[in-house]
Amino acid sequence: MSVLTPEEWEVLLLSLKVSGAAMACVLPVAFALAWALARWRFPGLILLDALVHLPLVLPPVVTGWLLLIALAPNAPLGRFFADALGMTFLFRWTGAALAAGVMALPLMVRAMRLSLEAVDRKLEQAARTLGAGRVRTFVSVTLPLAMPGVLAALVLGFARSIGEFGATITFASNIPGETRTLPLAIYNALQIPGSEWQVTRLAGLSVLLSLLALVLSEWLARRGRAQGMHHVL
Amino acid sequence: MSFDVDVTLQRGGRSFEYRFRTEKGGLTALFGTSGAGKSTLLDMIAGLVRPTSGRIAVAGETLFDSAARIDLPPEHRRCGYVFQDLRLFPHRNVRENLLYGWKRARPEHRWLDVPTTLEVLGIGHLLARAPRSLSGGEAQRVAIGRALLSGPRFLLMDEPLASVDAQRREEILRVIERVRDELRRPILYVSHDRSEVDRLADRVIPIGAAGTTSPPAP
Repeated sequence: MSVLTPEEWEVLLLSLKVSGAAMACVLPVAFALAWALARWRFPGLILLDALVHLPLVLPPVVTGWLLLIALAPNAPLGRFFADALGMTFLFRWTGAALAAGVMALPLMVRAMRLSLEAVDRKLEQAARTLGAGRVRTFVSVTLPLAMPGVLAALVLGFARSIGEFGATITFASNIPGETRTLPLAIYNALQIPGSEWQVTRLAGLSVLLSLLALVLSEWLARRGRAQGMHHVL
Repeated sequence: MSFDVDVTLQRGGRSFEYRFRTEKGGLTALFGTSGAGKSTLLDMIAGLVRPTSGRIAVAGETLFDSAARIDLPPEHRRCGYVFQDLRLFPHRNVRENLLYGWKRARPEHRWLDVPTTLEVLGIGHLLARAPRSLSGGEAQRVAIGRALLSGPRFLLMDEPLASVDAQRREEILRVIERVRDELRRPILYVSHDRSEVDRLADRVIPIGAAGTTSPPAP
């Protein structure tokens, strides 16, 4: 297509790949955390809640630096991933995905937790008296009722991860074709005199993607409400 | 013996004690003021609230016994619970609500078939509707149908006429009478309406304000 240059296509596709991978990995983790925070009462709950929200309030550069320390090749965790799974993160697109996922996590946990808390537990009790065990009750009642919120969280998390900049550039660096996602490409173009047009085009692309995600997440929320599910987003 | 209950419950600094036995079959009304913990008692029999101590048996099967460490999960108690607030699944239509328990019941436990249920309750024309589009009386009959179709050994009905207007009231009273007389499952029925209890109940168990049943076990 002639609308975008090959370089712009590369940036766009890499951004989608990084965010897609980030969402695939973060979704189950975020759901488990949301479940724990919504349903369980245990000592340390407040601490876990605070830890989950940390990337939301920390300067992204600090989050990136912490990831760097934890996952450097000579750090224990970094060595574990390299030896056991053959995965490295520094200067790799996987690192960009990890940074994007960590930054999107708090937002997703928050949205999913609200939608799980909005599920009427009396309906789960009704399902139990009708012969459904815990797992079936979860699959047939809890999950469908929380689903619009979960999907909206996914879309919101995806949009957040597309825009991720600080943690990515700190942790995975700014390598064309590997870690240079949309925001990093914009930053890069800004450094080069006379590339205003390219900045404008990339920024426009970014606005378009974000708008799309917001409209989609709002549509999901409305659809949920139309089905008589009260969840919050 | 239908219902054989002897339990205590400590909750929020209050102490409840429920003790009664009923003859075989028929409709037993729990009659008393609001706040006496009648719904809590039904929840304990259904397995949704765990008593502090004691024993619950229905139609000869022990559902809970703190001394013997028996506590059947709700899905194995086979109680048809008609909740006061109905609790129809909002994301499923009437047909799916009705069949929710039926699908999960073992074939030999299904003592009522779907066409009969629809006929007795007069809800055949509602199958494709969403629960939120039903009137109070319609939703009430669907909730009763859902409980009956789950193949229950006994029924728990919590103020099933609470959300019904005067016109539908008579209709549902007749349905409950049919369930009582033709289907012959033990029914525990909670109400604070004297006329309702007089009409339906084979026996009445009063519950005092302290949540204590007065008659001692025979």
